[in-house]
Amino acid sequence: MKFTEDHEWLRPEDDLIVVGITEHASTQLGDVVFVELPELETQVAKGDEVVVIESVKAASDIVAPLDGEIVAVNDALTDNPALVNEDPMGEAWFFKIKPADMAEYDAYMDEDAYQDLIS
Amino acid sequence: MKGATLTDLKRTPLYALNEELGGKMVPFAGWEMPVQFAPGVMKEHLHTRAACGLFDVSHMGQVILRGAGAAEALEALVPVDIAGLKPGRQRYALFTNDAGGILDDLMVANYGDRLLLVVNAANAEADIAHMRRAGLEIEPLEDRALLAVQGPAAEAVLEAATGAVPARFMDVAEVETSYGDLWISRSGYTGEDGFEVSVPASQAEAFAAKLLSHEACEPIGLGARDSLRLEAGLPLHGHDIDEGTTPVEAALTFALSKARRPGGARAGGYPGAEIIAAQLEHGPERLRTGLLPEGRAPMREGVQLFASEAATESAGAITSGAFAPSLQRPVAMGYLPTELAKPGTQITAELRGKRMPLACAPMPFQPSTYKR
Repeated sequence: MKFTEDHEWLRPEDDLIVVGITEHASTQLGDVVFVELPELETQVAKGDEVVVIESVKAASDIVAPLDGEIVAVNDALTDNPALVNEDPMGEAWFFKIKPADMAEYDAYMDEDAYQDLIS
Repeated sequence: MKGATLTDLKRTPLYALNEELGGKMVPFAGWEMPVQFAPGVMKEHLHTRAACGLFDVSHMGQVILRGAGAAEALEALVPVDIAGLKPGRQRYALFTNDAGGILDDLMVANYGDRLLLVVNAANAEADIAHMRRAGLEIEPLEDRALLAVQGPAAEAVLEAATGAVPARFMDVAEVETSYGDLWISRSGYTGEDGFEVSVPASQAEAFAAKLLSHEACEPIGLGARDSLRLEAGLPLHGHDIDEGTTPVEAALTFALSKARRPGGARAGGYPGAEIIAAQLEHGPERLRTGLLPEGRAPMREGVQLFASEAATESAGAITSGAFAPSLQRPVAMGYLPTELAKPGTQITAELRGKRMPLACAPMPFQPSTYKR
């Protein structure tokens, strides 16, 4: 698993990357009340805003960590946004992306580097 | 809170206790205040509606006005009957400007030998200058904290600490306790039954600790204070009301006392009286209204409103909006042309480039439980 400076986690699953937000990010956001997911088969560029998360406090975005295509979204979050607080590193994944170039994934931080970032 | 400097901010007498209780401190109106505690905005909000929340509102300005003629002098600044405010009672009031706009909203309580004014933190300095310019001899209080105790268990919590509480909504009482001389009003800004208690700064921490020792009482941050007042339909100055909105446009005509309206015993005589009188007679061009977005997406301050899906020109904007924890749905308030601002009117809002439906709705969204 790798991590971004935007507090996203990336987990490889075959030739896909599963994307979620870290425990740290979910705590900072507070109670999540609304999640808007991207359309399937959307072509995205690294840095595009692809998910809207609204907590009781504020709205924030999740950006695409890689160039590629959105091939799956976690519809469970639409019905139960609180899952983002309950299990951010597990059940509450947001989308799966088919990266144009898997090498982009390798460039991200490992867990130790991410822990240093937030400590 | 990247880049926010906390060094120039003022601290309330409860600062150390707020930190000790795990409050997440943020800058607010020049003060360092707890926006939330460990449970978070949602749970703090629901706890207040279910039991009792303790809020540090010491950042709000407390100002004393004394002497013969104090009430009449204050009436020159507000469209409210102050002379008729009986000892032991409190009233909601508004400082208006020459355009009829709202400089601030405040509470005025009659403690017999004095009036106590409680004003918004962000406006306290300007309000004090405004009153002094008008020749009012005021005493801003720097040595008293203000605590709000709100929720269905508030009476039990406060009574356990003080032995006595004011009997009904908007009553005030001075109570001698081991925490000093407490000035208690039965009011608040959550829509719940509850109290605001002015306590000597030196006693504030011990008094707050006593309240929190009650099993029903938990500390609540400014985040939940905001969502509670929004559900209760209560406007926040600087957002839902300001110098550019009149009390009539803001749907606050209840605050315009009969005695100060046209035909009243002391009609007019406050800034903007003619403009407000004309709006009362002919109706305002726009009106603050409740708004219920369809779906789950919150619509927040600044979101533009349109009369229809096809309309290209904005008809108004949201001034406060959030997800309402007690109602488990988004709610908002904003201004619309008066003909649109009627419960049930279907309009649209532009959210992230998309038109989303919402409907005008009566307020409060959450029924209030004041003890009348």
